[in-house]
Order: sequence, then structure tokens, then C-alpha cells
Amino acid sequence: MRTKRLWATAGLLGLTTLLGSGAAFAAPGDDDKGRTDAGTSFRTATPIDQGQKGTATASTGDYLYWSFPADAGQRPRVEATVKLPESARGTGATWRIDVYDGLRRRQACRYGMQARTAGTASSVELACTLRTVRAWSEPWANDPLPGTYYVRLTATGLRTADLGQPVTAEVKATSKDVGGAAAVDGTLGAPLVPGTRPGSDSEPEDGWSSGWWTDRWVWTGIGGVLAALAGVGGYTLTRGTGRATSAGNSPSGV
Amino acid sequence: MITRKRLAAGVCALFAALSTGLAPTAAYAADEPDDGGAKPKVELVLDVSGSMRARDIDGKSRMAAAKQAFNEVLDATPEDVELGIRTLGATYRGDDRKTGCKDTEQLYPVGPLDRRDAKTAVATLSPTGFTPIGPALLKAADDLEGGEGSRRIVLISDGEDTCQPLDPCEVAREIAAKGVNLTVDTLGLVPNTKMRAQLSCIAEATGGTYTSIRHTDELTDRVGQLVDRAADPVVNPVAVEGADRCDAAPELKPGLYSDRAGFGQHRWYRVDVAPGEELRASVSVAADRAVNNDYGVLLRAVTKHDREIVRGSEAGDGRTDVLSTGLRYPKPDDSDSDSDETEKETVCLQVSHSFSAAASGASAKGKPGLPVELAVDVVDAPDGSSDVAAFGLGRGWWLLGALVLTGFVGGLLWGWISRWRVAVWRTN
Repeated sequence: MRTKRLWATAGLLGLTTLLGSGAAFAAPGDDDKGRTDAGTSFRTATPIDQGQKGTATASTGDYLYWSFPADAGQRPRVEATVKLPESARGTGATWRIDVYDGLRRRQACRYGMQARTAGTASSVELACTLRTVRAWSEPWANDPLPGTYYVRLTATGLRTADLGQPVTAEVKATSKDVGGAAAVDGTLGAPLVPGTRPGSDSEPEDGWSSGWWTDRWVWTGIGGVLAALAGVGGYTLTRGTGRATSAGNSPSGV
Repeated sequence: MITRKRLAAGVCALFAALSTGLAPTAAYAADEPDDGGAKPKVELVLDVSGSMRARDIDGKSRMAAAKQAFNEVLDATPEDVELGIRTLGATYRGDDRKTGCKDTEQLYPVGPLDRRDAKTAVATLSPTGFTPIGPALLKAADDLEGGEGSRRIVLISDGEDTCQPLDPCEVAREIAAKGVNLTVDTLGLVPNTKMRAQLSCIAEATGGTYTSIRHTDELTDRVGQLVDRAADPVVNPVAVEGADRCDAAPELKPGLYSDRAGFGQHRWYRVDVAPGEELRASVSVAADRAVNNDYGVLLRAVTKHDREIVRGSEAGDGRTDVLSTGLRYPKPDDSDSDSDETEKETVCLQVSHSFSAAASGASAKGKPGLPVELAVDVVDAPDGSSDVAAFGLGRGWWLLGALVLTGFVGGLLWGWISRWRVAVWRTN
């Protein structure tokens, strides 16, 4: 399967290069203005790209959903800002973000203020850094896997009187590339992308990784070369002294 | 040069063709709404009760604000949305509660929008009677009958229901349970606490949203936003009824399904998985009524012989819309067996939840059950992992050190051995 994906990637890469600069590829995130609404369920979650800002006007009590793709080796971080107008302040509501993977399993935050009580502040900042996305894990594990990630933003601890006040929310997902340190063996048959949004494939800008490349190749390769050099060095060390002694011995032996 | 380029092109095209040919087919393709019969439908339900005369929205009457908002929303309605308008309390001027509580009529039928007609109809409205929210919701649900697309009711009201005992909240839950893909969004004009509670209860019961309105532009923006949301393409779930045990369970193909599960009820479904395929299932159970603070959801995949393969579980506390979990089960490809026919395994999926109702009434007895959304997908099984690290490759300074040391020791040994051999050869 890995080989199949590799070929597929190679083919697509070849195609892209061939079609060149004037390619008629429709970029998935071609509207630069960003999305100005959020979904209200997993099914209707608004897709955003990593690095793209998702904004929404909403009411307190709404559950806002966005989704973004994350690939193996990335450590996604979700940041959200809720701006509260005068009328929505001082309610004692706690704003929180939850991140779910493509199977709608809740993902733990390694760090970041996932929930914060608004108090009298005019804005609330929330953040959540996930674990590193792995290329493969056992089916019984809850590890983050390549695919779609859902962000849910909502307020808890609301009194009835605080419901329905207008707020604006901003969400941004970024990620840090962890690299080969997180390169595990195995790949999924397909990334965890639920097909609930027709017409917009949630996919990273440069496609899903084939799972073939990791900087472990470089490390291991360099290690091999160094080992060979060290072997040659060790060998010449013995031979070098050996020759010197044999060169010194041979005349006397004659 | 050109030949080489052509060759490259041919090879790449071949790869591309192969890659598209081999890629797993989109499991949801069949569910994508086609253009016919799947147009999203929206009905705006406007309260035209006597209280709409109050002049407290930007110095204008509530009615004037609503009319202005409607005009702007009608202008901005996307082409593919079928929009209708229903009023409540618009015609009956008397005091008889019984008659007043039946006072709801369709002002503009759900269908392709003629903006001028719709605007003219809105302009004729004048605030009159009672606030029969429950009956209006029932009628609105009937108006939206038919078609495959998503349906949305936008309820704009300035007072709580004056037609008890029919609880509009229960009504909303009933209609959401009856017809799938129906959402009720509510907007409260200059609301008080009781009204907020009622309108947000209606919204919660159908997975909709509630908004308080104090200004005309808020109303315009919100209604426009809700109509736009209806136009957003989504995959709508297919209604299915799970059984209480696996033998009787319905067989599911990859897709999105909706069901209802009461309190303490188990729901069973069956999915066939061939060797070399991976089953992916996720389930969300929505809290469409007031529920107690602590709750959980469990999704289990078991064999026909009741052996648990894998489970997904989640628990939570506090306010929530849904609680969800998922699982995946890759069935290994047993290519050792030479039998030609690939034996599909029947996997039973069990969904259960531990929500409990906080309020009394029919909803507390679990009727209708809580909405369950089940997504089932079958994809290629993953490439198993034979090592912790990718391809068993190494990484890091310790690796380099170890390799250099081993190489060096190996070189030394080799050198010594060959020296010793030369020495032996010489002495002979």
C-alpha cells in the first residue's frame, strides 16, 4: 500500500510539474478573505486551512465548529479569541475549546488555556496544543492520526439570562513540524477524513504525505557513511602501523 | 529532449491514472445532494402578535424592524434556497384564546423565491393577536415536507407562547424526531428571561441556535446568516432504526445515519468488513433537552459471537450539544488462506449513552429518544507497523556515535585479523 501511495504521489507530482505554472488546478483555499461563518455541528463544521483565520459572528450559547486538516509529524495548535461586547460581559461564563479528531474522538490538549472564565474582560483568548500527529497507531489507541480535526468553541456555565448575546469569535490553527522524531512505522489506508462536506475535500495544501519520507533516512544514511569511514580509519590504523613495522622488520629479516 | 519529456509525461499520466484508479472510492459520493429535489428549504416564522407594536428597537416598532430585516434578507437570499414565510397571530383580532391559538397562516409558500411578491406580502402585515408558537411550528414543519435537502425554521418572536398547555419545546422535539434534518433557529426580540428559556429550549431541542435581538442590524445579520447556512451544502443523514440486539440489527453501508436512542436503550447496527479493509465508525449523541450534569457515550464493535473487538467511549460534564466518540477496526488481510472468496466479517456496532433527563415530562421518559448520528466508513486497512520507528530507521546522535564506534571497532578487528593472517602466512 505504501508503494501504491508512493507511486500515486510520484504520478501526481509529475503531473503538477508538467502542467507547470499555468495549471488549472483549483486551489482549495482560493478565497483569501477567509470564512466568515462557523458551522453548528460536526456535519456543518466550516473547513479552514492551517494558518487561515476562521471568523464568525455568533450568540453566546452557540456551539461553533470549524475543521482543519493535520498531517503526520505535525503538532497542531488551535488558538481562539472571543470578543465580547458590553452586553455579554461579566456573565461568569466559561469559554472553552475542544478538539476532536476525524472520528469525533476528543483529543487531549498537551498545554494551553483550553477554558477560561470571561469575567469582565472584553475578549477571551483560548489555546490548545495537541499531541503530535502520528502516521499510524493501534486501533485501540486514541493517538492523533492524520486527517480532519474539529474545533468546537462554546461557553459553559451560562445562565438563561446570558443566552443569545452577540459575540464574535476567531479561530486559527497552526502547527509545528516535529519531523523525524515522531516518524513511526506504518501508514493508514486513508486519512481520517469524514466525507460529510460535499465539494470541499479537507486536505492540506500540498496533499497528504505519502508516509515514505522521513529525516531518519538522512540520519541513518549519514550514520552508515560515518561507520564506513570509521571502519576504514580503524583498519588503516592497524595496517598503517603494521606496514611500518613490517617495513622496519623486513630488511633485518633479509 | 522532447522524447524524454513525452516519455515522462506518459509515465506520469500512467501513474496518475493508476493512483486515481486505486484510490478508495469516496464512500459518501452517493449521498451528495444532486440538484434535483435536494434544495435546502427555509421557512421564516414571524410573530405578528399585538406586542410587536412596542417601539423599542432603535426607536422603531418591533414590527418595523422585522419588516426592514425581512426586506434585506429577501434581497440577499441565495438562488438555490426555497424560502417561505409563515406568520403567527396575524389575523385574529378577538379575545377568544381557543381561536387565537390556531391563528397561524402561510404568508408566502415555500418555493422558488419571487422577491417582489414576498416583499409585498410582508408589507401588509400588522401586529394583531396571540402568540401560538407551538401550532405555528407544527404547521411550518408541514410546509417544509418533502425533498431531500436540509430544512430550517427561523422563528422570530417577541413573547413566550401564550397557548399552553401545548409546550412549544416538546413540539419542536417531536417535529425534529419525526422529520430528519430539521433545525429550528430562534430569535427573541427584546427578550425577558422566561422567553429566553423557552426560545433557547426550542433551539436546543432541534440542534439550532438562539439569539437575543436588540437592534435592527442584528436581526438582519442573523436572519441572513441563518438563511446562508441553510444554503451551505451538507450531507444529510439517512434515518435508520437500530435494533436492541445484533441479530436483528439493520445492515449499514458506508454513509451517515441518524437514529434516536432513549435513556437506558442500546442500539445495534451491523456492518460487513472484508479482509484488508478498515471499519471506521463515529457516533454523536445530542443532548436535545435538559440533561443532568454527568453523562457518557459508548460505542462498541463486537463480533457475532459477542467478543468485543474495540470500543470508543467518552464522558463529560456540564453544558454540551453532543457527546461523541469513534472507533476503527482494521481487519487483517489473511492472504495465507487460498480460498478465492473473501469472507466478509459481520461486525456489530453497539451504541449506548448514559444521559439522564433533568426535567420532568415526556422528554424525561426518553420519548422521543436522544438524536444519534452515526457515521460509518469502510476504507483500506492500514499498513501495519513492524517497528516503532518508520521503516525501522534510526535517528539521533546516539545512533551516529554507536555506528561510528561499531565501524571503528570493526575496522580495527579487520585490520588485526588481516595482519595476523599475513604474519601466519609469512611464518609458513
